[in-house]
This record gives sequence, structure tokens and C-alpha cells, in this order.
Amino acid sequence: LAPWVPVVGLEIHAQISSNSKLFSGSQVQFAAPPNSLVSFFDASLPGTLPVLNRRCVEAAVMTGLALNCSINKKSLFDRKHYFYADLPAGYQITQQRVPIAVNGSLSYSLCIDSKMSQMVTKTVRIKQIQLEQDSGKSLHDDTRSQTLVDLNRAGVGLMEVVMEPDMCCGEEAAAAVRELQLILQTLGSSQAVMAEGQLRVDANVSVHRPGEPYGVRTEVKNINSIRFLAKAVDYEIQRQIEELENGGTILNETRAFDSKLGCTVPMRDKEGKQDYRFMPEPNLPPLILYDAKSLPANMNHQQVINIDWIHERLPDLPSVKREKLVEQYGILPEHSFTLLNEDGLAEFYESVVKQTQMKPKKVIGWILNDLLSYLKQYSLTVKQSPVSSFLLADLLNLVEKKEISSSAAKRVLAELWKGEGKTPLEIVKEQKLELLQDQKELEQICQAVIDGQEKEVIMIVPG
Amino acid sequence: AALKDGLRSQTSAALKEGRVTPTELCQRCLALIKSTKFLNAYITVAEESALKQAEESEERYKRGQPLGILDGIPVAVKDNFNTAGIETTCASNMLKGYISPYNATVVQKLLDQGAVLLGKTNLDEFAMGSGSTDGVFGPVRNPWSYSRQYKEKSVPKSHSKDKELNWVITGGSSGGSAAAVSSFTCFAALGSDTGGSTRNPAAHCGVVGLKPTYGLISRHGLIPLVNSMDVPGILTRCVDDAAVLLGSLAGHDPKDSTTVQDNFKPFELPNLTDVSKLSIGIPKEYHAPGLSSEILALWSKAADLFKNAGAKVVEVSLPHTRYSIVCYHVLCTAEVASNMARFDGLEYGHRSDRKESTESMYAATRREGFNDVVRGRILSGNYFLLKQNYEKYFVKAQKVRRLIANDFVKVFRSGVDILLTPTTLSDAAPYLEFIQEDNRTRSAQDDILTQAANMTGLPAINVPTALSERGLPVGLQFIGRSFQEKQLLTVAKWFEKQVQFPVIQLEEVKRHDNGVFQHQKSASFS
Repeated sequence: LAPWVPVVGLEIHAQISSNSKLFSGSQVQFAAPPNSLVSFFDASLPGTLPVLNRRCVEAAVMTGLALNCSINKKSLFDRKHYFYADLPAGYQITQQRVPIAVNGSLSYSLCIDSKMSQMVTKTVRIKQIQLEQDSGKSLHDDTRSQTLVDLNRAGVGLMEVVMEPDMCCGEEAAAAVRELQLILQTLGSSQAVMAEGQLRVDANVSVHRPGEPYGVRTEVKNINSIRFLAKAVDYEIQRQIEELENGGTILNETRAFDSKLGCTVPMRDKEGKQDYRFMPEPNLPPLILYDAKSLPANMNHQQVINIDWIHERLPDLPSVKREKLVEQYGILPEHSFTLLNEDGLAEFYESVVKQTQMKPKKVIGWILNDLLSYLKQYSLTVKQSPVSSFLLADLLNLVEKKEISSSAAKRVLAELWKGEGKTPLEIVKEQKLELLQDQKELEQICQAVIDGQEKEVIMIVPG
Repeated sequence: AALKDGLRSQTSAALKEGRVTPTELCQRCLALIKSTKFLNAYITVAEESALKQAEESEERYKRGQPLGILDGIPVAVKDNFNTAGIETTCASNMLKGYISPYNATVVQKLLDQGAVLLGKTNLDEFAMGSGSTDGVFGPVRNPWSYSRQYKEKSVPKSHSKDKELNWVITGGSSGGSAAAVSSFTCFAALGSDTGGSTRNPAAHCGVVGLKPTYGLISRHGLIPLVNSMDVPGILTRCVDDAAVLLGSLAGHDPKDSTTVQDNFKPFELPNLTDVSKLSIGIPKEYHAPGLSSEILALWSKAADLFKNAGAKVVEVSLPHTRYSIVCYHVLCTAEVASNMARFDGLEYGHRSDRKESTESMYAATRREGFNDVVRGRILSGNYFLLKQNYEKYFVKAQKVRRLIANDFVKVFRSGVDILLTPTTLSDAAPYLEFIQEDNRTRSAQDDILTQAANMTGLPAINVPTALSERGLPVGLQFIGRSFQEKQLLTVAKWFEKQVQFPVIQLEEVKRHDNGVFQHQKSASFS
């Protein structure tokens, strides 16, 4: 019997990095006192109207361009209705009919083996990007039978990025999301920190036999990290395969990932299918964007968004940065992948390269093998490293000038890690790690060693 | 100065010259409100704040620095506009006791120009209705019920009780505002107009009711009924005053993304003498079923008036008129269902005591907070918005709406400047008769002549024309081109001058108004 073909699609919500919310002027801030960032509109006070935030539109256009999408010069806003405590208006303003960007793609890299020595590039199609409001937060207090509602997040701008079911496993999903995260952070359109809820991922998973139509899919929610995303997806694929092989059926349901148990469980919230009664948002005219060709001559430039203008000012995306690193420093693609994967590591590397005579191809080893493993060991970010690029460059210069050996340098690094403020040279002197340059002195030491080990010498010297 | 005087011509001048002070005006209006309490036109009277505003105005006049024509002028505002610090109820249990933290843009504009806000006027609950009879504070009574003109014409009854129950409705849903202006308790009032809610009561109460072009005046702070059709409405005693109000309210509002960006220039109305260049269109479909023979005759006379004065009067056709009620019903209920979704008792307004679950709390809150009319429209609207129904109803209705709008475009393109139609099918009905049919039936009947202007966004105005055989006001409606309020009001003003609609003879007003009566010639129509 042919093996199962798993199919994974993703719906990703990225919080837009902006000073104020999508349709109102209240501030966007993480962990502020409850209900301290709520405007009249956010609280759905009767008579208030939405006013579109320009910065949010620019963020969505940038993201769309970075993901090779067509930007729709005319997009529309709609109301999606449902009742919930964290949705004050009883509807969410979203883009259901015509979103701001469609038909893009995202390329991401995977390691074929665990040694990170061979990478393969994959692509996932981006179905669309839409602008929509975030909801507030509700906390269920079961002991007092009450729900606490915090509307700080209500109305914050979101970009929903829909990835087509082109992925096949947890690893691919994780890699795709990781790449999207890097892109968003490079653009500045979202800080995309999953732990702070700025990036939320829902996975759509199904399995089928090759040649047969797609199977029933389930939606997996409540995934709080990229690591858990891979686990959740793989668990769900396995669960579905087992279910089907035992003669069961898959329900089109929503499941939550339980990180403690490492499994997915059905969510009891959604009973029956919801009809969201979509309706055009009557208080927002269609969103019109321009490019260099279509921009009217007498238009006030403060009032319009020019797609081409934004395109020209896009920063280098991670994939471009990686290529440049490979070209400039002669390092391997796998190396540049790791450099960009760690926040601040690429900058650290380049800084060290500037300050040392050691060749970049050699420096990379020190960065990836030594520095990075120390950081991982102590769960530190590059920014938190007690060893600065200056110190490391200093150390590497000693190696390059042959004043110490590589293995001695590793011992110095271990000492530097303690962060006691000593320079590499001071440590070398302390621990007497200098390489001996004097030939005669070396001969004397070697002879002393040989003299002291008669037995072994006899064994080695051929006879 | 008489409470009856127009703003621009007399009252404003009187204030400037010190012949009357803002405080005096304010006090007179407040006293009149008290003695006409039986009209039930006001839900909230903001006596303290009004007097304070009047005092501040007076200071400005003393310094010779009034803010403008509206400085010191008492106004009233329909209770579906947000007023900071003053209760805003929409005549509903859902918002009883609700004190808004902000002013609607139009309210703020009035206050910024020194107008004195007397209070909030009564309406049908959430502006749903054509009688101002379905609010939680009870129905509004048409001041003309107590006029000498009406009493003279009504059949004398043997029981005094019957006389009490003989009162007629104001029309709706801005009945309170219309009654307030009609009974001289304020110089101007704000209403709202979604399907005729300003023009209908204006016609029944014998006042000018202006529905501006959609997008001209900000809706920020107007609690919405149908976002794509609502406009703030202006109710005054003469067309010139309506132009003054329009000038002070119109213009782009960054808080309302549906207002147009163009700069609006307030205008003074010219005294038109020569109408020979004017082309008046008479839409034949507005000879609607149920139109009283009286109003039909009046309409015809008005057309002749224009013809005899040299204007070109042509019959035109708006063929999709007969579909407009159904189309309006679908689109209106759909938006209502959506707009009312926010009333869940959580953030503000009425909250039920039911605690078993959030859902039960929502359901009970909404059942307790809304009347039948509102709940009926929500249910209908949700039905039309269901996925399986959306194309059949909502999208279809939008297409029909486009056809109705195109009817007007064609007619205006053919050289017609203004359309002349009746505003209502008959004069005001007695309350007891009106409530024999339900709200939905009445609305469907009464809106037929007015709601096309809302569907198309065009400006329209009711001008009081003559008294009916029963001694009650009858008005006629002019519909103009988009954003051509100046032309519309100029023609309306000319017509107003020709018909010389009579002043209401109210006992209560006589007592309060020490000025000389402005004896106006009886309208040549009645």
C-alpha cells in the first residue's frame, strides 16, 4: 500500500508594527495595564467610525512586495460577524472579498541532514495577504465564574498571510514560518515575536493516498512557538494516518495543540459551522493604491500610497543578504543561513571580520562552532554575549599571528566567557599559553619528554 | 424679538443690536418647552448647561465678538446624536442612562459656533419608524393638533375625552425635532434622515426639512441606522435658516471617511426672481398608490405655479421607483442587523441580570433592551446576510439600488434641474388610527416618496406648502443634483415665498411671545 501524502497549509497572523491601531488612534503596546489603550472606537461606542491607518497599509504593501505578490490597486473592507466578549462591535473588519495582495511565493531553505552540511530550497505559494483587526483578550476566571476582558489589543492591525498547502511536514512548516518571520523583521512591518503574540500560526493538515483527492483537513490552533509548530503538525499527521489506517474518519474540526502533552485535542468552542454573515464595511471607501503610472499629477502625495515608491525603498531581504555574505566572505550557504537565523549574529560576524586579520573563511568557524555553541549552552542572545566582537577579534589576531595555538585560544575563550573583564593577552600570560617560537627551547623540551619516557620510545622507534 | 423670526434676517440682528439677549431667548424657549410638555418632543432638557452657554454667548455679544450667526441661538438635537455629558438614549431601553463621553461632529460644530443646546428630542426607537410613536418615552404629539387651524376644522365631539385623543402624529422618525421647531421651542433642530426621517415629520409639522447630499455632513457621532444611507437632517422654520445651518455643518471630517474631501463654501441664498431658465421634472411614478387627492391637487398646482412663472415643467420617468421599497428593506435590515451587534451589554448600555453564560446574558440583554421593531429588523437582516441568501437578497438589492440611482442620473442628464414631488401620501394621521397598522407596514407606506433620495444619496428638501382640509400642514419635496444644495435651496426659497405657508396659531406660544405677530398672508393654496 502506497504511503500517505501529508498536506500542510498555514494561516499566519502577523501584528503590524505601528504606533497606532488599524482604524483608530489608540496606541499599540505590549503588556500595558488592562484597558489603558482603548479608544472610543475600539470600545465600539455607538456612533464611532473607522479611519484607516496609512502606516498599516504601507506595512501590508511592503510585505506583499517582499513575498512577490500582486498588489491589488483596489481592495475592499468587509465585516465578519460573530458574538464574543473580546469583539466589542460584534464584528471584525477584515478583507474577505478583495484583499490587498494576492498570488505570491516564499522560498525557504531546509537542511537535508542533521549536520547542516547540505541545504535544499523549497517554495510555498502565498494565496493572499489581508488587513484585519485583532481582537481583545479574554481571560476565563473559573473560580469566580467570570470572564475578564482586556481590549488593549482590540483593533490592532494584523496582516493575515495565507500559505497554500504546499508543505508536507512539520519541518517545512517551521522553516517557512521562520523565513517569513525574518522577512517581516527585516522589513520592520512586524516584530513577529511569537512569544508576544505578534505572530500566530494556525496549521491546516490533511493526508491522502497518492493520486487520490485531498483528505478532510483539520485546523490546529494554539501553537506558541516555531518548535511547537513542527511538533503539532507532525503529531497531527501521525494521528490522522493512524485514525485512517484503523478504519476511522477524520472530522473537519478545529483542534488545539497541547504543548505539555505534545498532542492535539478537539476544541469544544466551535460547535457547528459558523455563518459569519459577511457584509461590505459601509464606512470605509475602497482602498485605492497607485503606482508611478497611475498616480494623478495633481494628487497630494501625503494622501496617497505609491506602490513603486515603496518597492524602491525595500531593504535587502534575508535571501539577498545570505547571498551577499557568501559572495563577500567566501563562506558556505549553510553558514550564511545560520548567521541570519540568529538575531544579531551576522552583524557580529561582520564586525569581527573587520577587526581581525584572520580570513573570513576561518573566522566563520569560530563564530558558528565556538561562540554560537556557548550562547546556546547558556541560552543567551548575541546581544547578551559577554564576549564582544572586539574581544573575539583580539583573540583571533593572537592565533593569526601564531602567538597561541588554536586549542589554546579555545581555552582563552572559555575564560573570556566568564566576563571578568580580562583581555585575551592577559589570560594567555596568566595561563602561560604562549606558543614557543624559540627552536632551541623546543628541542630541549622535546628531548626532556623523550628522556622521561624510555619504554614508549623503544616501542615507537622501529625495530 | 418674536420666537418666530428667521435667524439670518431678524433674530441674529436682534441679538447683535442687543434688542434681545441670548439669556432671554434661552429662558423663553425653556419656559415654552415646559408649557408644551404634553407634546413629548423632548427626552432630555439640558436646562443648566443651556443657560450657561447662553450666558457665555451674552458675554461675547457684550464684547462685540459674537462667533457668528448661530451664537446664542437655541437649538435642539435628535436623541441619536452623541452629546458629551448629556444622556443619549435613541429612545431605547438599551441606552437609557447612557452618557456619551464625546460630541458628534455636528453637535461640536454647533457648540463651537455658540449655539445653545436646549436638549435632546424624541424619536422612534433607534430611528426606526415613520411616526415617532415607537420609542420607550412614548409618542410625540404634533403641535398642529393643538393649533387653532386644526381645532376649527375638526368635527366637534361631545366628549372632552375624545378631544384629548384626537391628536395627530408628527411623522418620523425625527418627530421630536420637527415638533420642537414647529412649536417655537427652538430655532433649529438636528434630525437624521435614512428613508425620509427628516422630511416626513417636517411635512407633517409644517417646517422645512433638509436632507443634504450623502457625504456632505459628517456622521461621526450619529448613532447609525443604515451607514450607507444615513445623513444628519436639518429642521428649520424657513429655507434661509436651513442654508445657515448647512453652512455651519457641512465639510470634510477626517473622523468620517465617507465625507467628501472637497472644500465646502457656505453660501447665502439669492432672491430668485426669474425661473425661466429652470427645468422642473415631475416624476410620474410618484403618483403613488394611496396618494390623497388633496396632495395630488396641491402637487399639480405647484407645477402650474412654476409653469406660469416661466419655468419649463416636464413629466419624467423614474421607472424603478416601484422596486425601491423592497430594495430599501433588504439593505436597511442587513445594515441594522450589523450595526446593532455591538449592543451586547458588555461595554455600555443595558445589561441583563442573567449570569448563567455569556450567551444567555447577550440574549436577555438584547431582548430586554430592544423593542419589537428593532428586533424584527435584526432578524430579517441576519436572514438576508446568511451565506446561502447573500447573493439572492443583498447583492441583488445593491444592483437594484444602482438601477434606481441611474434613473435619477438619466433624468438630470436630460436637462432637468430639480424634481418636484409630494413628501407624504396624506396629512398627519390621528395617533389612534396610525397605530392600527404595525411599524413595518407604516414605514413601507410612508417611505415610498422619500427613500429614493437616501438610496441615491441625492439632496432633498420638504417645503411646507399649504394646509389640508383638516387644517394640517402639507409639504412638497424638491430633489436636487448631488452636492447642488445651493441650487436646490434657491428654488425651495422661491417656492416658499410664493406659497406663504401660514404661521401656526398656538395658544402656548402666544402667551410666551411678547413680540408682534407676524401676520402672514394665508397661503393661496388652501
